[in-house]
Amino acid sequence: MAQKMTGADMVIQALKDQGVDTVFGYPGGAVLPIYDAIFNQNGIRHVLARHEQGAVHAAEGYARSTGKPGVCLVTSGPGATNAVTGLTDALMDSIPIVVLTGQVPTFMIGSDAFQEADTVGITRPCTKHNWLVKETSKLASTVHEAFHVATTGRPGPVLVDIPKDVQFATDDYTPPAKADLGHYQPQVKGDLETITELVEAIEQAERPIFYTGGGVINSGPAASQLLRELVGATGFPITSTLMGLGCYPASGESWIGMLGMHGLYEANMAMHGCDLMINIGARFDDRITGVLNAFSPDSRKAHIDIDPSSINKVIRVEMPIVGDVAHVLEDLLNVWKARGRKTNSAAVKKWWGQIDEWRKVECLKFEQKGKVIKPQHALARLEALTKKHDRYITTEVGQHQMWAAQYLGFEDPNRWMTSGGLGTMGYGFPASIGVQLAHPDALVINVAGEASWLMNMQELGTAMQYRLPVKQFILNNERLGMVRQWQELLHGERYSESWSESLPDFVKLAEAFGAKGILCSDPDTLDDAIMEMITYDGPVLFDCLVEKHENCFPMIPSGKAHNEMLLGEADTQGVIDAKGSVLV
Amino acid sequence: MSPLKIKKGATSHSAYNLRPNFSDVQESHTLAIIVDNEAGVLARVIGLFAGRGYNIESLTVAEIDHSGNLSRITVVTTGTPQVINQIKAQLGRIVPVHQVNDLTVEGQSVERELALFKVEGTGDKRVEALRLADIFRANVVDSTLESFVFELTGPSEKIDAFADLMRPLGLSELARTGVAALSRGT
Repeated sequence: MAQKMTGADMVIQALKDQGVDTVFGYPGGAVLPIYDAIFNQNGIRHVLARHEQGAVHAAEGYARSTGKPGVCLVTSGPGATNAVTGLTDALMDSIPIVVLTGQVPTFMIGSDAFQEADTVGITRPCTKHNWLVKETSKLASTVHEAFHVATTGRPGPVLVDIPKDVQFATDDYTPPAKADLGHYQPQVKGDLETITELVEAIEQAERPIFYTGGGVINSGPAASQLLRELVGATGFPITSTLMGLGCYPASGESWIGMLGMHGLYEANMAMHGCDLMINIGARFDDRITGVLNAFSPDSRKAHIDIDPSSINKVIRVEMPIVGDVAHVLEDLLNVWKARGRKTNSAAVKKWWGQIDEWRKVECLKFEQKGKVIKPQHALARLEALTKKHDRYITTEVGQHQMWAAQYLGFEDPNRWMTSGGLGTMGYGFPASIGVQLAHPDALVINVAGEASWLMNMQELGTAMQYRLPVKQFILNNERLGMVRQWQELLHGERYSESWSESLPDFVKLAEAFGAKGILCSDPDTLDDAIMEMITYDGPVLFDCLVEKHENCFPMIPSGKAHNEMLLGEADTQGVIDAKGSVLV
Repeated sequence: MSPLKIKKGATSHSAYNLRPNFSDVQESHTLAIIVDNEAGVLARVIGLFAGRGYNIESLTVAEIDHSGNLSRITVVTTGTPQVINQIKAQLGRIVPVHQVNDLTVEGQSVERELALFKVEGTGDKRVEALRLADIFRANVVDSTLESFVFELTGPSEKIDAFADLMRPLGLSELARTGVAALSRGT
């Protein structure tokens, strides 16, 4: 006998049946019945954000750090439009989130009602899929399908738009087992023939490289384990994109660092010079490849990806394997072992010799001298003082993000939450809140720039309300650092609007919310200040005043190839004054 | 390491001039897409083409299976082989899309379009229009003393050819359905 309940109760019941424990949201007129249902239960904790964008990023942080889908509940109209940035962010980085929006009653849709927006229309291009539910009888089934779509295949954000009359009406509840999940069933097993072809290539490769990405992390812990086994057994060098940091440990023997525009010299040179590139769950993003016609010219390429549209989108590969990373790696390992675990170890040893030569460039070297803190130094100290903790790092977007990726080491997946594809300033702070809610006892640090941090600073209220001891480590250069860097290198040093005047006193700002503020501008007191931040039981705003004109290196300038990196200021000196062709 | 050559004071830069050097031969392909017949599904398909900058030459859509709730969308599109493959892969990602068939590469296919032509005129022109319609096996579906409406079915090229002939003879309105297509054989 099916259980009768209101649409609002169905939503709560469906969330419970999907194993949801936390919902991030913000109430409003069109979701009041669901908030009423939340009020009358204890199974699901609702976390009140201070802005819908913050709620979605918090859900993303929750999802990225747990591997479970994040859930958001917002109202119609502005509630939904404010969620758009978070949805797009989650779409670009393949993060599973389920956003439930209220909608004006079905009989008012299309009448330009108060707080009406065409939510499914607006969010169609920024969700993996979305639904407008017009009948209460279909509501529970649709919510179950939404979780199915968000979490299977290439994960992504989904949205369910629920008109207010659908929330009020009563009908039969559909449990997950009886829900119609549609025909969406992505392929997870890779083609064995191509996998065998890849194994043959692995056996013969002289200069191989594993190029890994966020897909390894999205595939789950088993994928990271299998990857570690494969890398350990073959002894091939491994690099990762920004999104994939942690799938292989930074302390691991074969780790050669992050690649890409601000990746390590040795990683990019190895990508350029390899003869076999094994892309596992990455997507040849333009921040990774640099100019395409000079991208790794002499390599055969394999690409393991669950999304067929990622294959041959920008880089042509000889060995495309559509499937889930964990499934494919398992098959790959089995085939490789069955054929005798062969590699061309003499050649690979020589390849490592070449990589060690590149490492001698010490592309991340910096010198902390004088009384001004270098941002690299601040992060190196943060790393030294926190790496033994149960630590999760989120970031905003800009120079600090790249420095964090360069100077912090990640030993495990799901420990690093950053906005990669969309590059959303304002992501890190709310994301840190979502992470801390999922991991109450962990040390959660948001590495931020002052400009990014201000974009969602209202969430300090959320951190205070739920006593979330998130640490906001702000590298304050009073500049939009990455914009400033590009203006210096590419726009003739015309620093148009990249300087923030009238920045707040961050210590007072923290105190205004009841949080702790720490100001540090002296390299000599930096360690003590960081320790004070770590040991304080509550949210901390750490205002770290750093060198204002530091540039982030190494850097592949736009339109250049992996072997054309700029390593430091010295490389740019002649560049800026050079008369020559204009960079494309 | 080669120097980065940037002219001081330069203004035009783009980080995105990264087109691949794939084949740049433009090809026309007819795609048959089977989708759930649900609200917004056509918007998803069209939005994909608009959002990613793909071309639509012709588009037809109608329900084909009422009990199964399925519609068939036929799209004629042009692009380089790499773009065509991307279009198919991107269409396949849309959740309510069941199946994408490229009729241009998957064996032979039949493509037909229906068009209605209103031709206005008197005297010799009127006689000539009727004579040509007969040659093209177009049906007269409406007639006044000064006009005909012809109905013509066939491949797009035949419709084009008939339209070209009717233009000097007084073609005043033209309605085309766009291409419907099926693969030949079983």
